[in-house]
Amino acid sequence: MSLHARSVAELAAGLKAKEFSAVELARHCLARIAAANPGLNAFLTVTAERALADAARADGARAAGTAGPLTGVPIAHKDIFCTDGIRTSCGSRMLENFVAPYDATVVTRLAAAGTVLLGKTNMDEFAMGSSNETSFYGPVRNPWDSAKVPGGSSGGSAAAVAARLVPAATGTDTGGSIRQPAALVGISGIKPTYGRVSRYGMIAFASSLDQAGVLAASAEDCALLLGAMAGFDPNDSTSVDAPVPDYVAELNAPLKGVRVGVLKEFFAQGLEGATGALVEASIAQLRELGAEIVEVSCPNLPLSVPTYYVVAPAECSSNLSRFDGVRFGHRCREPRDLMDLYKRSRGEGFGAEVKRRIMTGTYVLSAGYYDAYYLKAQKMRSLITADFKSAFAKVDLLAGPTSPTPAFGIGAKVDDPITMYLNDIYTIGANLAGLPAMSVPCGFVGGLPVGLQLIGPHFGESRLLAAAHAYQRETDFHRRVPAAYA
Amino acid sequence: MSLTRRDVEGIAHLARLEITEGELPVYVDSLSKILSFVEQLNAAQTGSVEPMAHPLAGEVQRLRTDAVTETDRHEKYQANAPLVAGALYVVPKVIE
Repeated sequence: MSLHARSVAELAAGLKAKEFSAVELARHCLARIAAANPGLNAFLTVTAERALADAARADGARAAGTAGPLTGVPIAHKDIFCTDGIRTSCGSRMLENFVAPYDATVVTRLAAAGTVLLGKTNMDEFAMGSSNETSFYGPVRNPWDSAKVPGGSSGGSAAAVAARLVPAATGTDTGGSIRQPAALVGISGIKPTYGRVSRYGMIAFASSLDQAGVLAASAEDCALLLGAMAGFDPNDSTSVDAPVPDYVAELNAPLKGVRVGVLKEFFAQGLEGATGALVEASIAQLRELGAEIVEVSCPNLPLSVPTYYVVAPAECSSNLSRFDGVRFGHRCREPRDLMDLYKRSRGEGFGAEVKRRIMTGTYVLSAGYYDAYYLKAQKMRSLITADFKSAFAKVDLLAGPTSPTPAFGIGAKVDDPITMYLNDIYTIGANLAGLPAMSVPCGFVGGLPVGLQLIGPHFGESRLLAAAHAYQRETDFHRRVPAAYA
Repeated sequence: MSLTRRDVEGIAHLARLEITEGELPVYVDSLSKILSFVEQLNAAQTGSVEPMAHPLAGEVQRLRTDAVTETDRHEKYQANAPLVAGALYVVPKVIE
């Protein structure tokens, strides 16, 4: 089997058996990136020298007997994670020349685990988008059909893994930015519980919703990476100080007797017929594997999108106030005075969608409107969270679609923000409630992948991953690769 | 909610964003649509509901001990600054 067709688990086994070296593997991936990236636009920065140095160190550790399970495994980071000495653009003109002065905790931990960094992946500007079209550096293309979007905002990471340029990549998920692109390119992606993975060094969009996670071919690969990323970090004040389970060891927990709730609200209007049919078929398969299927309801969930589009822009307007043209980032030419410097630096440095969200957030937080919008939305968040809590009193997991349709055309939704926002109708709930959730491939409609979403209770990652793993032992959708990248 | 050009100019000023004449009508239209969309929330009964303060019930912001943990790395940090003089960030004159 060619190197790029192998999963993280299979590559780790090959490295351990000395079937190939980490340097050979890194060279193989770098050659594939060089060939495919001009078409896909998945990578913004390729760190070839760093990759070869990391790989040589990994081979050294292997020879010295100090290698761990991920030593020598190549990865890529979404360009939202600060990487010391490497440009970190966040998909924005604002940070076009920003070289991060430190590593994000996720970057530090994966490096300490012996992974090999291949580069930084494209993304929607400041993670604001569902199609990767808001990137200042151009859209990413879906490896299954280059006229289609890969989803967003972690579209570069998703496309790079789907095209098997890299076996796994990091992502962030504020409203579905790991799960929706994973679904649209036919790979697996997990957004852990809020507080499970450190946000330190991850450029902030909406701090009460942002969470780092993994995009990889399979649930098993997600488990391997997540185990290395998760855990308490004193540098993140919302990081949770709780032990990290051995996700890989718990993968084989049986599905028999696990109660899977089917959310009534997820199968209502808006769900495309063929997509819904595949998701229903995959839930039927979970039943055949021993799960008990129960219908449940979260009545406030249909209001999750409007709730999110108050809370997320409010936090975004506050977080992005740090880009002032003074300390780092874009500065306009010849400012007349300080106000002109602020306004033109920000007006030029941010793209249209980011400005739209900053202004939405500024408005909903402004005097006289705060109670009507922001306070109301935070109350809705409490109601939505309570809905999930009552659902999890009856079931162990929730299942439903990740996205209402398969990948749509590049340019199809850019002019209508509301239509674009509704892409995240099934994913936003988990962010509002801080719940772990993942997407796994469950079939194809017209040659385009469809994702099954699983949502768990707080810190229920083990059960999510085990359920997804049980499903993937019986299906091969996660092993399918677009013909052009096989 | 329908915003006027004046409203959007006011919001852009508060947000310290320069918006061009060409961009203005686009934001008047899209921000009005977004606000109308989120106004669906008005129909929800939220009277005595506590607003969410943290996504995980019972978690509170941690405080760290008041100890020096950072070293002076201003040269590295200021390498990203658009304009510095000595160790100072340079901005247009603020005080006459």
